[in-house]
Amino acid sequence: MTAPFLSVRDLTVDFSTEDGVVHAVNGLSFDIEKGTTLGIVGESGSGKSVTNLAILGLHDPDFTSISGEIVLDGQELIGASRRELERLRGNKVAMIFQDPLTSLSPFHTVGRQIGETYRKHTGASRAKARQRAIEMLGRVGIPQPQSRVDDHPHQFSGGMRQRVMIAMALVCDPDLLIADEPTTALDVTVQAQILDLLRDLQEQTGTAIIMITHDLGVVTSAAHEVLVMYAGRAVERGTVREVLGSPRHPYTWGLLSSLPRLSAPVDVPLVPVRGTPPSLINVPPGCPFHPRCDYAALAGPGLCGQERPELSPHRGHGDACYLTPAQKRDIFLEKVKEHL
Amino acid sequence: MYRFLVRRILGAAMILLIISALTFFLFFAIPRDPAAFACGKLCTPETLEIVRRNLGIDEPVFLQYWHWLVGIFTGRDFTYGHCDAPCLGYSFVNQEPIFQALVDRFPTTLSLTFGAAVVFLLFGIGMGMIAAARQGRPADKIASSASLIGASMQIYFVGVLATWVLVDQLQIIERPSYTPLTENPLQWFYGLLLPWLVLSIIFTANYTRMTRSSMVEQLGEDYVRTARAKGMSARTVFLRFAWRGAMGPVITIFGVDLGVLLGGAIITEQTFSLHGIGELSIKAVINQDLPMLLGVILVAATAIVLFNIVVDAAYAFIDPRVRLS
Repeated sequence: MTAPFLSVRDLTVDFSTEDGVVHAVNGLSFDIEKGTTLGIVGESGSGKSVTNLAILGLHDPDFTSISGEIVLDGQELIGASRRELERLRGNKVAMIFQDPLTSLSPFHTVGRQIGETYRKHTGASRAKARQRAIEMLGRVGIPQPQSRVDDHPHQFSGGMRQRVMIAMALVCDPDLLIADEPTTALDVTVQAQILDLLRDLQEQTGTAIIMITHDLGVVTSAAHEVLVMYAGRAVERGTVREVLGSPRHPYTWGLLSSLPRLSAPVDVPLVPVRGTPPSLINVPPGCPFHPRCDYAALAGPGLCGQERPELSPHRGHGDACYLTPAQKRDIFLEKVKEHL
Repeated sequence: MYRFLVRRILGAAMILLIISALTFFLFFAIPRDPAAFACGKLCTPETLEIVRRNLGIDEPVFLQYWHWLVGIFTGRDFTYGHCDAPCLGYSFVNQEPIFQALVDRFPTTLSLTFGAAVVFLLFGIGMGMIAAARQGRPADKIASSASLIGASMQIYFVGVLATWVLVDQLQIIERPSYTPLTENPLQWFYGLLLPWLVLSIIFTANYTRMTRSSMVEQLGEDYVRTARAKGMSARTVFLRFAWRGAMGPVITIFGVDLGVLLGGAIITEQTFSLHGIGELSIKAVINQDLPMLLGVILVAATAIVLFNIVVDAAYAFIDPRVRLS
């Protein structure tokens, strides 16, 4: 069996702050193959973005300690030198951010911002980089790229700005594209366009995509596999069909139940996950979700509060919960499915 | 750009008009008679009347203001003789033509201001940048505490101390004096070196702190993270991206500071016995010398208004989101 294109093993990211050590990511493992999209879902503070900034080595080393393994195409990224990481960023691994207005430099033309990435990694001339920028703007569907290339980001609409961002990310044909909530700041019709665009570009180039989102709708339409994160850990993993069709972890149930549905009567209230996310400075012992879990008692007295459950099985559809497979299936069918 | 300039210059003229009118009427709201002041202790009612006529303050205030205003464009006739346009009147105290006095003193103030500005921009922005780049490290801590100390200094204290140590004791700097640049550039430089350094201490401190905090803020912006994620080195990010955002607040304050300094660095001029606009303004206030007061206020206001226009234009140059119309 060949090694996966990107393999993350036991990733742990701690930040030291004035209040104490924040355990932002805690023993996270996942793989991703070329040409596929992995959706990472979870609420704010679950460690989604932290994980991906760690892949690019973008955390401030003065306040962060990272351990584990991140192997990209045979290259270990944790502990890689600054030069190696700079050569990688924007070239082999590119990133798209949430808010395209604040994420693009307001001071430079879009052509220059796209071109400088290309020049940095290929050493192309100014004129060639400009040509490449025009080509990329055309590819991401910006009309009249020859004239728009000299415009500044504020002269574009939100959706167009995100297209510029995508053009910039893809200018060096990266093997891995990390999209951090790429559609959150956009309105719904534009969201769909951007997701379609990413899918088309993926088909053309075979890029692997990590799609970070808290929107299960985005996962359904854009991802092949899903990783559900909670308090810096993976709680469930599998294909979109597995995780969203027959979810096994109580947290995933909670996420799904809290979604509004078009088919439901308007006066049915949404069911939020009760309680609040745990502090990442004092993470609860055992399963971090157990204080909010309705089914913790079923797993056996005190079990959920003592030892942390591992994601199992290791491949395929896995979840980190002590309930037996039969219990999970029954609870899902009896209590959860009716809300979906 | 053209429309912007026309609009702003008209606005500036309006502001100067309002400021001069305010000064004029406020001056006469003070319950003291400048004529009595000029006339002295042994003044008879008859002489007082003559003095009043000579000073041109026997007319109603509105009329006086009107004459003063028209005089700027057409010149005026006084009992002492004719005053050519642009005429700002004569000093109440020594009958010196105001315009000539300002023209004589302005080069001193201009030299002092621009020399100091070069020093404090260079050191202030430089130290601020270094502190921001070395956030939390020794260089940052040194720069930050040095600027805190600098900001709490007083010019007269540092000025007198520096003169005593550097000029009197060690004799490595010349005693401050003003020689016109056109006359002897070297002498001009040496004579103003100490005033420049002393005047720029407080400003350097402020610009260091402002540049640092502004840079730190920009370095936390999303677009800086994007630049890092594209593979740009920390150095490139610093020099190509962040500084442009960081210079906005610095330029704004610089415009105001430059305007204020051109209106006269009063304390610095007093400390080093330089005869600039600042010295004129102090004397004007003490002597209740209305024409002189109007003159120095006009210089200060013009400088501030002018540099505000320059700042706005500079803003548009740095940040393409700012439009000049």
